[in-house]
Amino acid sequence: MQREAGLAAHSAEEPNRRDFIVIAAQAFAGVGAAMALWPFISQMNPDASTQAAASIDVDLSPVKVGQAITVSWRGKPVFIRHRTPEEIKAALATPIAELPDKSARNDDLPERAPATDANRTKKGHENWLIMVGICTHLGCIPKGQTMSDAKGDFGGWFCPCHGSHYDTAGRIRKGPAPRNLEVPPYSFASDTKIKIG
Amino acid sequence: MIGAMTGKRVRVAAAVVALAATAALGALAANAAGESVHIDRQKWTFGGMFGHYDDAQLQRGFKVFVDVCAKCHSIKRLYFRNLAQSGGPSFPEAAVKSLAATYEVDAAPNDEGKVLKRPAILTDAFPGPFKNEQEARFVQNGALPPDLSLITRARGIDAGTPFYVLPYVMARDIVSGYQEAGSDYVYAYITGYKPPPAGMKLADFMNYNVAFPGHQTAMANPFVAGDGLVKYDDGTPPTVDNYARDVVAFLSWLGDPTLEERKRMGLLVIGYLLLTALLLGLAKRRVWSSVH
Amino acid sequence: MATHHESTYRPKTRIEKWLDDRLPLPRMMHGQFVDFPTPRNINYLWTTGGLLTFFLVAQIATGIVLAMHFIPSAGDAFNSVEHIRRDVNYGWLLRNMHAVGASMFFIAVYIHIARGLYYGSYKAPREVLWIIGVVILLLMMATAFMGYSLPWGQMSFWAVTVITNLFSSVDAIIPGLGTRIVQWLWGGYSVSGTTLTRFYALHYLMPFVIVGAVALHIWALHVVGQNNPTGLEIKTASDSVPMSPYAVMKDIFALSMFIILFAWFVFYVPDYLGHPDNYIEANPLSTPPHIVPEWYFLPYYAILRAIPDKLLGVVAMFASILILLFAPWLDTSRVRSAKYRPIYKWFFFLFLITVVALGYLGSKPPEGAYVFWARVFTAYYFLHFLVVMPIVGVIESPTPLPRSITESVLGKSGSSVRVGAPAAPERR
Repeated sequence: MQREAGLAAHSAEEPNRRDFIVIAAQAFAGVGAAMALWPFISQMNPDASTQAAASIDVDLSPVKVGQAITVSWRGKPVFIRHRTPEEIKAALATPIAELPDKSARNDDLPERAPATDANRTKKGHENWLIMVGICTHLGCIPKGQTMSDAKGDFGGWFCPCHGSHYDTAGRIRKGPAPRNLEVPPYSFASDTKIKIG
Repeated sequence: MIGAMTGKRVRVAAAVVALAATAALGALAANAAGESVHIDRQKWTFGGMFGHYDDAQLQRGFKVFVDVCAKCHSIKRLYFRNLAQSGGPSFPEAAVKSLAATYEVDAAPNDEGKVLKRPAILTDAFPGPFKNEQEARFVQNGALPPDLSLITRARGIDAGTPFYVLPYVMARDIVSGYQEAGSDYVYAYITGYKPPPAGMKLADFMNYNVAFPGHQTAMANPFVAGDGLVKYDDGTPPTVDNYARDVVAFLSWLGDPTLEERKRMGLLVIGYLLLTALLLGLAKRRVWSSVH
Repeated sequence: MATHHESTYRPKTRIEKWLDDRLPLPRMMHGQFVDFPTPRNINYLWTTGGLLTFFLVAQIATGIVLAMHFIPSAGDAFNSVEHIRRDVNYGWLLRNMHAVGASMFFIAVYIHIARGLYYGSYKAPREVLWIIGVVILLLMMATAFMGYSLPWGQMSFWAVTVITNLFSSVDAIIPGLGTRIVQWLWGGYSVSGTTLTRFYALHYLMPFVIVGAVALHIWALHVVGQNNPTGLEIKTASDSVPMSPYAVMKDIFALSMFIILFAWFVFYVPDYLGHPDNYIEANPLSTPPHIVPEWYFLPYYAILRAIPDKLLGVVAMFASILILLFAPWLDTSRVRSAKYRPIYKWFFFLFLITVVALGYLGSKPPEGAYVFWARVFTAYYFLHFLVVMPIVGVIESPTPLPRSITESVLGKSGSSVRVGAPAAPERR
């Protein structure tokens, strides 16, 4: 009799799942499980060896005036041209209003900076032009690095794929490419050494 | 009483007896007679739950490696950039860059197709002394000095523990977090060069070593020149024993560079798990309280 | 007998009703994992199923992310594992979890099987459940074997060489066939990168086959219901509790404790259960002094080497696992649980000692006294199934069983242990 009463009383009383200890335990377990997820996501980020190769040092001393070299940075070709005074003059003489893309496209400068020759180079080192050699149209590598290459109508670079012409500051002048060639982040460690990236 | 002999009680009794026996026998020396060589355990800064590397020791160890071992051994998994990263020797990056530049590595083929040399940079691997295995063997009378990048992980100690002591030894090693058997062995090996016992005939080009299985090893004593062989500039006594400890610590780091992060994270994770398990245990009892 | 438990799920919202009419997955989940009646007296040995499910998921998750970095070629495999250990973000952690996770998986599965053997969980009507379990064990062993080959260390290479070479013993039955089989497995005339690459493909595949087998295993379990330490079936409502929250809370608690053990190995002694020789790159021209498999294969390895004949050794090794399949029919006891079998329980402990002893002997070189004892324990291993199980079941007088699960929980004093009502009304 007593037991039946106990049974009846008890079937009404269910374990109170809203108990604090149960909630706390579930919260800890849940947070732990969520934190455990992070390594699985993070492992897809660039690893240490890739990050180490994120910047490269380039020695500019072998590059004579009028010469250009191409180096590989983060898997992309980077054009380094030691510009002649004529090339620099031609770049400076161009009014910004004539440019299809008026932005500098320099990773070291803010988005809105105008595409002046000064904004495409480093102060005191205007004879050096350093840009990512990937056409901003559909990704071909423009010609113009070697002596025998076509340089297009503006003396800079010419993309053979769809006929984009870049000038001596790497800015798009004619053709389907929408943007000037990208200037990567770089700095001069000395007059003859730069670090890209 | 049959009733008292429930399966659970029998199991518990058997387990207690087994534990008591192994604990009692655990007091016996772990080393049994036989072919296994006795290797002492050393005290390392990186052992145990709170282990960490001593940066200064790793730097000295690197110096010992370069001055003594690098003539014959490569460490191809060391990249110069690793010398500057945290959790390791933590040399200043500029110093590592200059050091790297004193080494030469193969450049990419030039316009003529020739492979010239260029100074190494941070992303290059540490160059080894030989072009390939064949050249190494040629110079070393047929023996191949192994790459040492993983040597402390690739060696262990077979203490010849008798089976009745083994559960105790295993439990003790697991609970104390013992992972340094390889380091203990390499230390014993490079300090294990002694004159061979009377009457023992060594094969050609072989050296007697107390730690090496079989006791005859092709490698000669690297520290035969004795104390003072390597100059330390941080005041540490330049003794052979310190050279051995420092270079083994360096190689231990090279084989396990993420040790510090691993043990640090382990502390946090296990602490969190203990707390969570406690809460879950209480929660389980709360939920089941209406049933028991 | 708890069969075909009907879900008491009632869809509450319009969307729930819409889904319930088209694909009653929530109903099935509710019926099978929320209000499913589980015996109220199952002890912590019954949490191994949950542990195993967790570790299957964990191995698959860590395996897939490792596969994003691992390169399955002879020249690159070892280097890619080192790249994971050194450069990949948290690579060292994921790799440790995967390697240690395999060992944890086997610890759990061996406890799970021992539990089944002790409490007679293989006896009718759970024979199919048991058989599927043995199939899962075989799939796990194949997966683990191939997985261990992937780092392409010395032990990886030589363990594969030894174990695949065993199939050449078929030459003793049909000359030439064994060698052909071995070359087919290798994809060449010796173990090579070709072997590694195909083992990688299969190692990635098998866990999903295991998932399928586990689904069948759980299905078979839910048809017949779980066993419990008394071996009695659920008869009344007071014998059982709904799975959620009771069994679920117990499982999660047990999992948290097991994960502490897991974490201890992952963070403090990750290489303890492995072999140092596997940190040496595979060298086909240099055999390590002692080739040993991973610890979970040691008992079978001991049995293999105990038999002096090559073919019979291979047969004995496979037989030692396949014999489990016949346990439901070899065991003649009328009583399920060894808790009530005073004679058999001693033989069971002898069996556990035998398996542990064989594991130890498998790690030792096959010389001297080790050979003798390996043969002794191999003999008992098979005797246990072929002689002890049939005979003891017949001659033994079991101790009295409780009248019900409820009674076994209430105890002799008939104390006011309250009977827990299921959270939702039971429909039988």
